[in-house]
Amino acid sequence: MKIAVCVKAVPDTETRIAIAADKQNIEFAGVKFITSPYDEYAVEEAIRLKEKLGGETVAISMGADEVTDVLRDTLARGIDSAIHLKDASFLHADTLTTAKVLAAAIKDGGYDLVLCGQQGVGGDNNAVPAMLAELLDLPQATIVVKLEIDGTKFKAEREIEGAHEFVEGTLPAVISVQKGLNEPRYPSIKGVMAARRKEILVKDAAALNVASAIATRKVKIKEMAMPPERPSGKRIEGDASAQAKTLVGLLRSEAHVV
Amino acid sequence: MAQGILVFIEQRGGHLRKASLEALSEAVRLASGQAVTAVLIGENIKGLVPSVAKYGASKVFIADKGDFAQYSTEGYAAAFADAIKQAQPQYVFAASTSMAKDLLPRLAARFDAPLVTDVMVIKTEGANLLPVKPMYSGKTYGTYVFDAEFAFITIRPNVFAATESSGAGEIVELSATADKVRAKVTETHTSAGQKVELSEAAIIVAGGRGIKGPENWPVLQSLCDELGAALAASRAVVDAGWIDHQHQVGQTGKTVSPQLYIACGISGAIQHLAGMSSSKVIVAINKDADAPIFKFANYAVVGDVLEVVPKLTEEFKKLHDNN
Repeated sequence: MKIAVCVKAVPDTETRIAIAADKQNIEFAGVKFITSPYDEYAVEEAIRLKEKLGGETVAISMGADEVTDVLRDTLARGIDSAIHLKDASFLHADTLTTAKVLAAAIKDGGYDLVLCGQQGVGGDNNAVPAMLAELLDLPQATIVVKLEIDGTKFKAEREIEGAHEFVEGTLPAVISVQKGLNEPRYPSIKGVMAARRKEILVKDAAALNVASAIATRKVKIKEMAMPPERPSGKRIEGDASAQAKTLVGLLRSEAHVV
Repeated sequence: MAQGILVFIEQRGGHLRKASLEALSEAVRLASGQAVTAVLIGENIKGLVPSVAKYGASKVFIADKGDFAQYSTEGYAAAFADAIKQAQPQYVFAASTSMAKDLLPRLAARFDAPLVTDVMVIKTEGANLLPVKPMYSGKTYGTYVFDAEFAFITIRPNVFAATESSGAGEIVELSATADKVRAKVTETHTSAGQKVELSEAAIIVAGGRGIKGPENWPVLQSLCDELGAALAASRAVVDAGWIDHQHQVGQTGKTVSPQLYIACGISGAIQHLAGMSSSKVIVAINKDADAPIFKFANYAVVGDVLEVVPKLTEEFKKLHDNN
């Protein structure tokens, strides 16, 4: 089975975010980048499927220099090879542009399965995997918490509002994954050492023949801002009974939420 | 010339999703004289049209066939695309639900149109809409501007009000069929434990490690029952096996937007905040006065969850009995 895993390099969740001077994005200088938490489940699933069914796994990531360490991390966990999609024109790409670039890298690769984290920290749009499936003209299942592969068929389980939904389809397909699918392994020391020696293939817009497809950007960030400040909280004093009484009174008369 | 707003109305098993009616109501508020239409897909759903018209749709494009009894990405995309071609809207709206996350990006790519999701505020600039959404796990907000003939916007549930405004609700039947379908839903199992659905709940009571053990969920559930609230959980207790992942709120769980969020024994890790920071009012109950969650809470109760919550349930009972 040949499996592609799309991964995104994102700021570490613990990192404090500042808005850049031009207010168009966050300040990237000094930010620590990690593999997007959602993508970790995709990477783990790819490795498990290869262990079970044989074949080959390839990690693919679009971005600038922050991508290198993230791809090495996937190689260290057990992915076979990695491709870095890097070009000035890929910077600050919107979801559709990202999907077009990934599609160009994937389409003639003979992949049976494309795995992605359900959303990428940053835009958090939860859109690229389904856009990718459309551009590749493949069936899909999104936000999947259980996956079974049986020959050329897949069975996936999704957590939807108040229920579990079961989807069946044919391969090749694009599947986006959510927490609960598996427990991602940590890279071993041996894995980290071996990853250092592997070559990461780099492809630019020309190599992907994608320049004209992404020439126009149909959506841009006009302005980024910090979320509205929450007013500082009121501390409720007294023992449990007193606290409960005061709180209920305030929730009704002051907050008007009960 | 693209004009007006087409709204995707989700139905499952013959029930309209409330969040779709919120999106429709917001479309009516923003349309300023342009047409607001709706698209509804399923089987035996004509009876739902009056409810959609009640929230302002002048036309309802409907694909009502056996082909659409169960959701399939490609089946629903074919019908939706048909509606878009007929309506020629300037914007397509949908509530940001599990179905919309599967379906809308597919349509956006099909039409080579931009998509912004999980929007919480929509600004206007002349005839143009500028959607605003949380980014970087809710740490920043981004205002987007489109440069396209038409664009897709999905809207976070529970943020905008669903308000009635009578629309003509003229039915336009779509001829699309689900021909090329390579993946489809085969079954749906309703979750037992969840009495009120998290993404639509007005009030949520969430439990973290401070509840001390899974044997104490009934303490929180009693408060939920008294308030008609949904029960949620932090990642720590889900990972510890105290409750199913369906209840998890946070970066790798659900994002919620209730009027009231009562966090019980939750420390307030950034990843948890990412899932609930847009709650209108946050109450935090925690034994540790230095817990990070107190920085975000409107009301801070320093105390033992297992002592405070039963008292809260009592006080709410008194409040409800007095009414």
